[in-house]
Amino acid sequence: MRTHRKTAIWSLALSLLLAVVITVSAAIGPVWIPPTDVAQVLLNAVVVPTAVEISGPIVDVTTQPIFQFRVSPIQQQIVMGIRLPRILLGAVVGFALAAAGTIMQGIFRNPMADPSIIGVSSGAAVGAVGFIVVGGTLPFGLGLRGAAFAGSLVAAFGVYLIATEGGRTPVATLLLAGVAVQTFLGAVVSFLLLNAGESIRRALFWLMGHLKGAAWPDVWSSLVLVAIPFALLLVYARDLNVMLLGEEDAQSLGIEVERTKRILLGLSSLATAAGVAVAGIIGFVGLIVPHVMRLLVGPDHRVLLPTSALAGAAFLVATDTLARSGSAEVPVGIVTAALGAPFFLYLLRQREVHEL
Amino acid sequence: MSDRWQAHDGQSVPMLSAEDISVSLGDTEILSNVSLTAECGSVVGLVGPNGAGKTTTLRLLRATLSPDCGTVRVAGDPIEGLSSKQVSQRVASTPQATTLSFEFTVRQTVEMGRTPHLSRFDRADSGDREIVEAAMERADVARFADRPVTSLSGGERQRVLLARALAQDTPVLLLDEPTSNLDINHAVNTLELVAGLAREGKTAVAAIHDLNLAARYCDELVLLADGEVRAAGEPGEVLQTPTLRDAFDATTLVTGQPGADAPLVTPLPDCEPVDQAIHVVGTGRQAAAAVARLVASGATVSVGVVPSGDAAAERARELGCENVTVPPFAGVDDNSRQRATELARAADAVVVADDVGDANESVVAAAERVVTLAGEGVSVVKSTRATVATLPDVVSGLATRQRQASDDRRVESREQQDR
Repeated sequence: MRTHRKTAIWSLALSLLLAVVITVSAAIGPVWIPPTDVAQVLLNAVVVPTAVEISGPIVDVTTQPIFQFRVSPIQQQIVMGIRLPRILLGAVVGFALAAAGTIMQGIFRNPMADPSIIGVSSGAAVGAVGFIVVGGTLPFGLGLRGAAFAGSLVAAFGVYLIATEGGRTPVATLLLAGVAVQTFLGAVVSFLLLNAGESIRRALFWLMGHLKGAAWPDVWSSLVLVAIPFALLLVYARDLNVMLLGEEDAQSLGIEVERTKRILLGLSSLATAAGVAVAGIIGFVGLIVPHVMRLLVGPDHRVLLPTSALAGAAFLVATDTLARSGSAEVPVGIVTAALGAPFFLYLLRQREVHEL
Repeated sequence: MSDRWQAHDGQSVPMLSAEDISVSLGDTEILSNVSLTAECGSVVGLVGPNGAGKTTTLRLLRATLSPDCGTVRVAGDPIEGLSSKQVSQRVASTPQATTLSFEFTVRQTVEMGRTPHLSRFDRADSGDREIVEAAMERADVARFADRPVTSLSGGERQRVLLARALAQDTPVLLLDEPTSNLDINHAVNTLELVAGLAREGKTAVAAIHDLNLAARYCDELVLLADGEVRAAGEPGEVLQTPTLRDAFDATTLVTGQPGADAPLVTPLPDCEPVDQAIHVVGTGRQAAAAVARLVASGATVSVGVVPSGDAAAERARELGCENVTVPPFAGVDDNSRQRATELARAADAVVVADDVGDANESVVAAAERVVTLAGEGVSVVKSTRATVATLPDVVSGLATRQRQASDDRRVESREQQDR
């Protein structure tokens, strides 16, 4: 029971933090909008359903805003049309990367594990850079993001297949297979970049990770692709706790270890792929946010998973605000690493981390 | 709890059994045709040298490893037919070593023992919490319930794992070296606890290194060596010098435990087997030690004449050696001297230890060969044929002499053949 209260309190606090960070972030830009005005715009967007009409297959939900503050249409347009999609996309991506990082560190019982440890990012890189360099069109109208998404899932599944023998996937094998495949895919990306010609700048920009040009459809699609696996991961949080005791122990406590591992790997790779596909390779979020949160709330994944995810969202929104508020936009991946690494080192000096 | 697992129609089915299990890891056969049974309410100890297959056996019994052939049954049901969850509701185990590296508190770790009884969406209720608290109390870890496991010593962690297994509340308990990191107090308490659980109707199988603790607390022992069962049965039947030499390749002396009806195994320095008849003359602790060493090295030992109640006489009686005793301070009668002299004459060598007394002069005189133990009272021996040596040297000297003798015989017989 204490666990649930702890989860609720921490999640609430971090949600509030996220709301504040989003509001402040939406205030910052070429045009400064006072955060109070931003808050009013945001609150105006909150709606409640008033009526639901079902006619055949069509479900028509009538909604009504709760608040009706008077706001300037220009501010309304800047916040809702330009800044908010990018901010929310950043939140979703940060949420996904931190959640997936938490899960991967748990599965591998290894503090160096990050969301792309089984090749998700490298696969996305090959997909995206290949799409940028080779050009052309993909089937099913898949664009750059589709190519990255597909690449990441193919790579992760490939690593999983390589590491699996006789229905068992030892994490050590998985780790090494992941490293080898990442190295190989890195070579492919380098080769593609060599022959990139004009498009090399676009490819590099993608590789460094950025949220530029985010639009509402991106927000909705990635939100769905992240929310569903995250909800399922929450259900498996207790199993992951038991898995931390070691696979043999977990099995004698009634966990179907191989199946659980498969599900956890699949879900977290899916969430990571959804994030990487829209934002490129943003390092460090999935590595340090789970670490920091583990120091704060302890190793219980029932608390750690939701709090890490929320903290990741806040962290990426904050860093992306920095990335876009300079005179020239910097890829956010550079900012996360440049800020995250020193902060992490500071924590290491403060509290020695011997183990996870 | 245990009633639930009683065999259906009152017919007695062993709680846990392994039938002819063999398993190989890679090209190495770890276990071959191992069978064992643990009746409801008993403690079965797995003993044997390092690498004998004790841990592997336990892994098979909790289904984290499947045998290549053979069947493990829990309450009559083949274990491979049960899901992980079903197995974990019947069999709890404490691992030998564990990766408790995350900063879970002791309570959180013990709570994980309830996992088998919770469905995915269940929360632990007050009943579960009571079981967890009781388990921590029994394993004596309640005092540090809120400390992180990482801050505990090895022995304390081991007890946390025991508490976790208790919280699992299963009819079968498997323990892999439950006392290996524990101090003597907690080692005894842990095994007392296991014995107590067995009296309550649980069944325990424990791999235990310490043969004496195993002998004291197990109803039955299974001695494994090289992946085979070398002996099985009550501790007294299993723990015997020849069996132990065969399994451990070690020299041991088996006596009785003070304070318990169980054999006491004392390991002695390795020595080559002495396959000879040795007569020991002398009294006191040195003579007693000589008797023990010689028996442990396989010699047929006789003792006398000694006053009854003397340490050497007691040891000889305990080890079942032929001995000639006389009442203390009564002097040596002719009959006794006669018998002792016969024994000395029949023996391959006579070992003289400590104070022999004049009465034994004729006994020593009858010996084909005399070895005298270095120490006090040596001067009493007037025989000029005596060599003087320390006890270990005496034992190894006898073994070497015996080997040389057999080598000589072999050479002789070869020479004869050549001719």
